[in-house]
Amino acid sequence: MAKKSNEWRVEVTLRREFYDPEGHAALGDIRDLGIAGVSDVRLVHVHLLTGPLTAKQVERVAARLLADPVNQVYSIGRPMPSPLKGRHAVVQVFRKPGVMDPVAASTLKGIADLGLRADSVRTGRKFLLYGKPTKGELALISDKVLHNAAIEEAFYGEVAIPHAPAVPEYKFQRREVSLLGVSDQRLLEISKQWTLSLSLEEMRTIQRHFADQGRNPTDIELECIAQTWSEHCVHKTLRGVIDFEGRIIDNLLKSTVFKATSELKKPWCVSVFKDNAGIIRFDEEFNVCFKVETHNHPSAIEPYGGAGTGIGGVIRDPLGTGLGAKPILNTDVFCFGPPDLPASKVPPGALHPKRVMKGVVSGVRDYGNRMGIPTANGAVLFDERYVGNPLVYCGNVGIIPRDRCEKASHPGDLIVVVGGRTGRDGIHGATFSSIELTEDSETVSSGAVQIGNAIEEKRVADTILQARDLNLYSCITDCGAGGLSSAVGEMGEHLGADVHLEKVPLKYHGLSYAEIWISEAQERMVIAVPPKKLKAILKLFAGENVEATVIGTFRKDRRLRLFYRGTQVGELAMEFLHNGVPRLTRKAVWRNQKFIEPRPKARKDYGPALRGILGSWNVCSKEWIIRQYDHEVQGASVLKPLVGVANDGPGDAAVIAPVLGSTRGIAVANGINPKYGDIDPYAMAASAIDEAVRQIISVGGRFDRIALLDNFCWGNTDKPDRLGSLVRAAEACYDLAKAYGAPFISGKDSLNNEFRVGDQTIAIPPTLLISAIGLVADVRKCVSMDAKKAGNVLYAVGMTYDELGGSHYYALENEVGNKVPIVRPEMGKAIFTALSGAIRKGLVRSCHDCSEGGLAVAAAEMAFAGGLGMDLYTLTVPRPEELQRDDAILFSESNSRFLVEVEPGKVAKFEAALSGVPLAPIGRVTSEDVLRIRGLLGDVIVQEKLAELKEAWQKPLRW
Amino acid sequence: MPHAKAIRVAVLRTAGTNCDVETAYAFTKVGAVAERVHVNRFVEKKGLLDGYQILALPGGFSYGDDIASGKLLANELRYRLEDEIRRFKAEGKLIIGICNGFQVLVKAGLLPGTKHEATLTNNDSGKFEDRWVYLKSGDSRCVFLKPARGATRASDLLYYLPVAHGEGKFVASSAALAEIRDKKMLALEYVGPNGEAAPEYPWNPNGSTQAIAGICDPTGRIFGLMPHPERHVEPTQHPRWTRDGLQKEGDGVRIFRNAVEFARENLI
Repeated sequence: MAKKSNEWRVEVTLRREFYDPEGHAALGDIRDLGIAGVSDVRLVHVHLLTGPLTAKQVERVAARLLADPVNQVYSIGRPMPSPLKGRHAVVQVFRKPGVMDPVAASTLKGIADLGLRADSVRTGRKFLLYGKPTKGELALISDKVLHNAAIEEAFYGEVAIPHAPAVPEYKFQRREVSLLGVSDQRLLEISKQWTLSLSLEEMRTIQRHFADQGRNPTDIELECIAQTWSEHCVHKTLRGVIDFEGRIIDNLLKSTVFKATSELKKPWCVSVFKDNAGIIRFDEEFNVCFKVETHNHPSAIEPYGGAGTGIGGVIRDPLGTGLGAKPILNTDVFCFGPPDLPASKVPPGALHPKRVMKGVVSGVRDYGNRMGIPTANGAVLFDERYVGNPLVYCGNVGIIPRDRCEKASHPGDLIVVVGGRTGRDGIHGATFSSIELTEDSETVSSGAVQIGNAIEEKRVADTILQARDLNLYSCITDCGAGGLSSAVGEMGEHLGADVHLEKVPLKYHGLSYAEIWISEAQERMVIAVPPKKLKAILKLFAGENVEATVIGTFRKDRRLRLFYRGTQVGELAMEFLHNGVPRLTRKAVWRNQKFIEPRPKARKDYGPALRGILGSWNVCSKEWIIRQYDHEVQGASVLKPLVGVANDGPGDAAVIAPVLGSTRGIAVANGINPKYGDIDPYAMAASAIDEAVRQIISVGGRFDRIALLDNFCWGNTDKPDRLGSLVRAAEACYDLAKAYGAPFISGKDSLNNEFRVGDQTIAIPPTLLISAIGLVADVRKCVSMDAKKAGNVLYAVGMTYDELGGSHYYALENEVGNKVPIVRPEMGKAIFTALSGAIRKGLVRSCHDCSEGGLAVAAAEMAFAGGLGMDLYTLTVPRPEELQRDDAILFSESNSRFLVEVEPGKVAKFEAALSGVPLAPIGRVTSEDVLRIRGLLGDVIVQEKLAELKEAWQKPLRW
Repeated sequence: MPHAKAIRVAVLRTAGTNCDVETAYAFTKVGAVAERVHVNRFVEKKGLLDGYQILALPGGFSYGDDIASGKLLANELRYRLEDEIRRFKAEGKLIIGICNGFQVLVKAGLLPGTKHEATLTNNDSGKFEDRWVYLKSGDSRCVFLKPARGATRASDLLYYLPVAHGEGKFVASSAALAEIRDKKMLALEYVGPNGEAAPEYPWNPNGSTQAIAGICDPTGRIFGLMPHPERHVEPTQHPRWTRDGLQKEGDGVRIFRNAVEFARENLI
């Protein structure tokens, strides 16, 4: 006999005497809002259980599952007595109906383990806010701190919450969109109304295509085309035709970054620009692959979820490369507005940069750590122009057996979707990413934000890799932007496919067939399974609690047919879908901007400037972030992101030895400097490549085995000047990749990074991230950047020029200048080759590249990381004769430079190894706790205690 | 190195386990045969666990640490594998729980393994942190910290290992704490860089009561610790090897070797 279904509310909270970190964090954020009326915050977890449970059984669930006997208390059916004394306000936060709740699923499992049954669980958080916030303050706190309106709803007071709010039923109806014979204006309206992000020319092409067939498209056909043709998926700007001041560039990517790779013809490049990640050779048994992507717009609206699904998404790239690579390292680079920006300067609709930063960092932390992938490398940059449109670059390296790098689906293979269920989260993500953000984005685009569940993805990855080794499938790809539409469309491009949409497992009912097809719900992969292997693979997935469902079959007539409950709802020719997008011609122009040339006065003491740069947001220690990331899981770490005598100095490239027991390694680094792009995007791109490469060199990587990734984040490239700067940057990518023999193996672009307020837009500064991956022959020969021993000789390697344009030194006075660092590739090549060899011969004790802040900052970082002083002289620093300014020698950011520590006994061998390369001894390591630098006239121009330099560097982000 | 008597280690994994590969590697390095086994296999096949001498619960976020860290896997051991675990214990076999595995052992009641209960809760710092810590093994019964043969040198009592967790603060009632001391269950303590007892943050990285980093049960055969010995088995894993040179092996190896030697002498 079926028992009666009951509703129970269980509340759990920490006992009074225990510190409540979540309550405390909320309190901190409330104070950051400038609200003083709240004295304390406590968090109560709420579980709403529905099912045939008796009071006694719920008691058992609460005691054995939901509450910890030592430090928590629970209350069933009535509000928890307040753990603290005093008046308090109550805000309850629950996910909106239909938004995935992983804790609810786990709670159901836990209840089943107790031998009981519940039918549904809804979880929420109840905040007790002590003190006397006003009604207005309470609303502000609720909106800005406690809940995110994109995915959650807030309730005020001790009100009852619906246990299982109804999601409307879906009534099947095949829908057509009237396209035939409508006006251009109407075409544009349709594009906008359906968030298709298609141009008039593209809409006309679709109109003609269907006119030829004498019918209107169905909604799913139109959506499918829009996803496939989105900038995000097809990179139509970079692959289109560009008229650059009269010069026609047919496919910018092909004529720059791809071209360098194909001309370099490196035998160790295994698969470039065709799979989800680029693959290069690692050792006799394995290859490695690398991909970096951006997740900017979702992170602007919902920083935690946006960043988490950003890392989750890029992890699925290596997992969907070849027949599946094991993810082994994450790298993350963020660009935010300054965390101390006054609230009055935050445009309406944008979140405060500090909130964005905290959310992004915790999103990456929670997803990356749960996946068990070390986050071992990264960077964070700040500029006011990122306020409305932050950049979140997430990268992942994978390792894959050499015989698993090729894949091909075949006619008759079954289309199997594995992993998470499909929901309404992430609808229109691919097309949304092509639209500028506005103050209304938060409300209108909430559906475009995906919700992550790292453990689901971990399960999927664990199982996929087993299935790969058992050879149970023939092809795989990830379900990313565009959802099933993109994944199946891509895998079936040369085959065709039949898909039965009602078979796709759903998180909840109510989704239309078109929503199922384009949903970007996370943690899903699509595999092609030969029918005879189906039974074995379904058993394997079931054994790991991962859902795997056959949703269709690959065909051989290159037609895509979509069905819902037996009715055909769409049919498209793969040829039109993949090659029908019209190629547009865009205009591009570029003139380098002229800034005022600063003329700083010579000073007696450059200590304050040095401390100022060390304490700037870009340069300061990122330890607060790095420590929150597990950077050692998988046991492969060789050079950690924090190095030195106190494990807190800023390491250059990260090095891992991914095959346990082997000493072969890879080094991963990045180069990025948008400040240079304001002056000259060509110099910015060249410098970014130089920076990424020199970091690999400074740890001991091989110069002849470095591969690069490009990630262009730009403003609206329909504007000719924005596109012009992109062309210049791409041209530098070609030139430098060729010169350094470092091929690009993969890349991505994110355009339209602009934030609109009223009739004004704020474009981000053109930002190119170059990521580099290099081979390390024997990790035991690696060096770190911290100074090692008093008495050792310090060499400046490379030439210092008067190149203070875009420097941190000028930024101290809010100046930009014009003499941006350029790259002299012939010299750079000679330096990198010689230095890399010297490190492998064991002639170098420590090595640090000179980047932001120049030689002085490099010296300071080496000194305090090693806990040792330095006596240095600017006089011998290699430089052109005309450079006779101490400030330029100290702070110029010229490329291809290193500060290198050599033992006195190895000086001769070191100099011999670097013969022909500009270098000079510029001083020694000392046991004094002072960094002392003498200027050109012999007088002391910097004399700073290590502790004070380190404090200046650590203080800003000691949150 | 081949051994006539192979010690078999089951490295238990489930959704969210993520230190299973390196934990298995650490056991392999000291001559054991280590297999990574999904918890579902033990639930499906009663008796499967009997073929192993050591059960290792590695780090990670089992089931996402939903509800509380380690809670769901703990309940699975408690309610789905009750008989298997009871038998494993009764035969005097060894169980080690590292990080999330320690949280599981504590929440399953296998540690402290007496009538008192303890828990591991949020770090005082309020956040997940990855950092290296100094540890000292005390006068405990823990077989993982004592060489099976021969006297222990002073240096054998010290370990340098990383922690990486958000919920590692050990908390127990004063009665439980007294019992932990009296019954020689206090296995590992956080110490300062020069061995100073009762250090402050960050040397006590999470604010654990009495700087407790790991405990064993009254038999010394069940051991849980927050630090990660499997992350310091190779000399290049030490954060300062580029300064101080390469050691012969990482400090964590001793813990695995002691366990395997003990098992070889007592369990087969």
